[in-house]
Formats: sequence, C-alpha cells, structure tokens
Amino acid sequence: MIEIRGLTKSFGAKRVLDGVDLRLAEGESLVVIGGSGTGKSVLLRCILGLEPPDAGEILWRGKPLAQRRTEFMDEFGMLFQNAALFDSLPIWRNVAFRLLRVMPTARARAVALEKLARVGLGPEVADLYPAELSGGMRKRAGLARAIAADPSVIFFDEPTTGLDPIRAAAINTLIRGIVDETGASAITITHDMTSVRAIGDRVALLDQGRVRWQGGVGEIDHAQDEYLQDFVAGRARPIGSQSQD
Amino acid sequence: MNPIRLIGRAGIGLTRMTGRVAIFAAKGLARVGAHPSELARQMLHIGWLSLPVVGLTALFTGAALALQIHSGGERFQASDVVPAIVAIGMARELGPVLGGLMVAARVASAIAAELGTMRVTEQIDALETLSTDPVGWLVSPRLWAAILCLPVLVGVGDIIGIMGGWLIGVNALGFNSTTYISNSWAYLEGWDVVSGLVKGAFFGMVVALSGCWFGMRAGNGAAGVGRATTNAVVAASVGILAVNFILTGLFF
Repeated sequence: MIEIRGLTKSFGAKRVLDGVDLRLAEGESLVVIGGSGTGKSVLLRCILGLEPPDAGEILWRGKPLAQRRTEFMDEFGMLFQNAALFDSLPIWRNVAFRLLRVMPTARARAVALEKLARVGLGPEVADLYPAELSGGMRKRAGLARAIAADPSVIFFDEPTTGLDPIRAAAINTLIRGIVDETGASAITITHDMTSVRAIGDRVALLDQGRVRWQGGVGEIDHAQDEYLQDFVAGRARPIGSQSQD
Repeated sequence: MNPIRLIGRAGIGLTRMTGRVAIFAAKGLARVGAHPSELARQMLHIGWLSLPVVGLTALFTGAALALQIHSGGERFQASDVVPAIVAIGMARELGPVLGGLMVAARVASAIAAELGTMRVTEQIDALETLSTDPVGWLVSPRLWAAILCLPVLVGVGDIIGIMGGWLIGVNALGFNSTTYISNSWAYLEGWDVVSGLVKGAFFGMVVALSGCWFGMRAGNGAAGVGRATTNAVVAASVGILAVNFILTGLFF
C-alpha cells in the first residue's frame, strides 16, 4: 500500500534519514521502533508531506504519493503524540472535524458520538473542551478523531507516551481492535515494547537513519541483532553507539 | 568579510523575507470566504472585544488633546480652535494610530500566542492531516476580520475621542456645548474621516499579518511561543507607525 524507497532527509549537517526502504502492505500493522533522534517522527512527517525529503520516493498504491496527496489525506487518519486536539473546539467538533464538511451537523455529531463510544468515551464528554479532559481521555478522543472518517491508512505517533501502564494497555487494545475491525493499514511509532507486541504485525528498527532490522513481531525475541536485543531488553548501551538526540 | 558583500547579503535576505511575507499575506487574503463561521468568531474576538480598550484610549486621548490645545492655543490667543483641532486630530491621526496600536497590543499578541501554541502542540499538523489548509482555516479569517473590524473601531474611537474633548471643553475649559459641537463639525471634512478609516483597514492588515506570520512560524516550545508573541507585537507596532507615515504622505 505504501512503499518508501531510499528516503533521505538532513537538517543542516545532521542526516536524520539516510536511505530508508520500507513497505506497508494492505491491512498490515507496522510498528517502527528506535532510539530517540533516530528519525522515526521525521519519517512520518516526510510521508505526510509535512517535511520535504531530500531524496527518495514514497509510493502509495504504486504511484508517487506527492502527486496524490489530497486523495491520500482523504483516506488517512492520525493519532498524534499528545492528541493535538483543537483547543478552541468541543470534543465532538474535534472528532467530527472532517465530517462537518461532507454531512449535516446533526449527522456529524451522531457519528462523532458513535466514534467516541467506540473508544470508551460517553456522550457526557462530547461538549467538553480538550483542556477539561485527562491525558488518557484526550488520547481516546484523538483516536476517535483519527477513525472518524473510516480511513484506510492510520498513523499512531507514540500512542502510549505519558500514560500509566493500565491506560497504555487500554489504548493498545483499542488500536489493535480498530485495525482488525476496519482492515486499515497502520504505522505506529513507539519506544514501548508492550505496544509493539500488542499492536504490530511487523516491526522495523530504525537506527542512524536506516532500517537496521525488520521482521515479524514473533521474531524480535530471537533476532541476532545486538542493538535490537538491547532495545527489547531495555539494556543500556554506551553513548555514541546509536543515534542520539 | 567584504562589507559590500555583507550589505548585499542583508539586502537579499530582506528582499527574500519581504517576498515570503507578501506571498503569505496574498494566500491568506485569497482564501476569503472559505470558513464564514471562523470569520464571524474572529470578528467577535478582534472587533467587538477590542471596543472597550479602543474606546477608553480614544476617550482619554481626546480629553488630553483638548487640554493641550487649549493650553498651547492660549499663547497666541487661539484657544477657540480646540473643537476643530481635536476633531481633525482624532479623525486623521490619533484615532487610527492609537486605536491600531492598542489593537496591536491586544490582538497581535493573542493571535501569535494562539497560533504558536497550535504549532508547537502539532494542532497545525493535525489540520493538514484532516485535509484542511491551515492558511484558509487560521490565517484568512484573522486577516479579513482585522481588515474589516479596524475601520469600525477607528470610527467608534473617533466619535468617543471627540466626545472626550467635548467633555473637557464644556466642563473644564468653559466652552458652550452647542458651539463646541458645531465648531467640531464645521472644520471637519469627509476625507479627514475616510482617510482615518482607510488607515484603520491597513493597520488591521498589519496587526493580523504580524500575529499570523510569527505564530505560524513559532518553534521550540514555550520559549518559541513567547518569542513569537513579542516579535508579533513589536512588528505590528513598528509596522503601524511606518504604514501610517507612508499613508499620511500619500493622502495629504
């Protein structure tokens, strides 16, 4: 569905992405892991067109994504790290933001309430503002917004960052459930190995701007790559042996 | 480095920046009518909610102007000109400039802080992922709201400022109320008022453009938002004074 070939991006002298090759198949849940500053977020931003890559190609359904960005965005949803809900709008309008352009307000509100219910939020939060919700509830509302228009591609940027383990597990379960239900293709960026196992079908490890290792979720515990073993086990490595912030 | 090269580099940098700001403004203006509900909301924030500060500024300015002109005019037995000078001064210069500066302090800072916070919390990126052009949704309604509201604020400020002069003239300087009002109108020409309103529209553009430009480019967390806010207010204030000089030269 999405194919990335030789993606390169530098900021000044620092090369953040150094020839990334990656594929996301239809209906697949790909989890991209890697240390801080290894280019995971930049990779997502390049796919979305928020950062122009220096070189390389991003294909969507076999054609360059840059030429079909509007079409891609119409089929796309994203959960941002801190939910990125619009402060000036109530929760239901955040969730229905895209829908309000294509359907009457009453219908959009009904769909928003349905999506909020899907992520475990009741109608009582619909008229609240983002600042009135807890971090976990904001994440859920952000998830509801991401799935509001039934996208075929969903990105999750650090979906469990800042949440306690119980809420993080709830978000992981929700994400996996939504991906399974909708058949959407998903890319998740995370440091959280619990999320990797709960959400992913396949894992790609980014290091120093390149895909260092990729394989099925079941393979990560038996992989020979030392860095991956340390990453999975949470073992410290000498500073400088991997990309740093 | 060669000083000529330095000057050349600075000149190219300034030209490039001017071009970017002009393109940004043109894109914002071109999206007129894209989101009417947002335009209405911004008109409430920028226009209606600025009325108290603009009104109070005009009231005290008109009153102080009357005292100053009366005191200065007495030196050459011309204190009778107070009503006319207050009216002309408020309509041509003080109404638009002081009103614009007060709106710059209130609105440019608010726009830069709001958009800057949206930038650093990824809300602007979120807009793009929701197939919404951030310029159409955020910049255009603010630009148009300020351009449409500032002339109205200036007009109201003119009236309140002249009223401030009248209050002082009648209650402290011994003017007859009817004479004061008739003298105010007698020497005030239509172009005095219209030129002030036109200035207001330009000042509105300067205020909203400064707020949007710096807000949309904010980075580096809270410090970046703070810097964007400061830069927006400074740019809007200096911009208003510079544009006022240019327009005054053109108009009179």
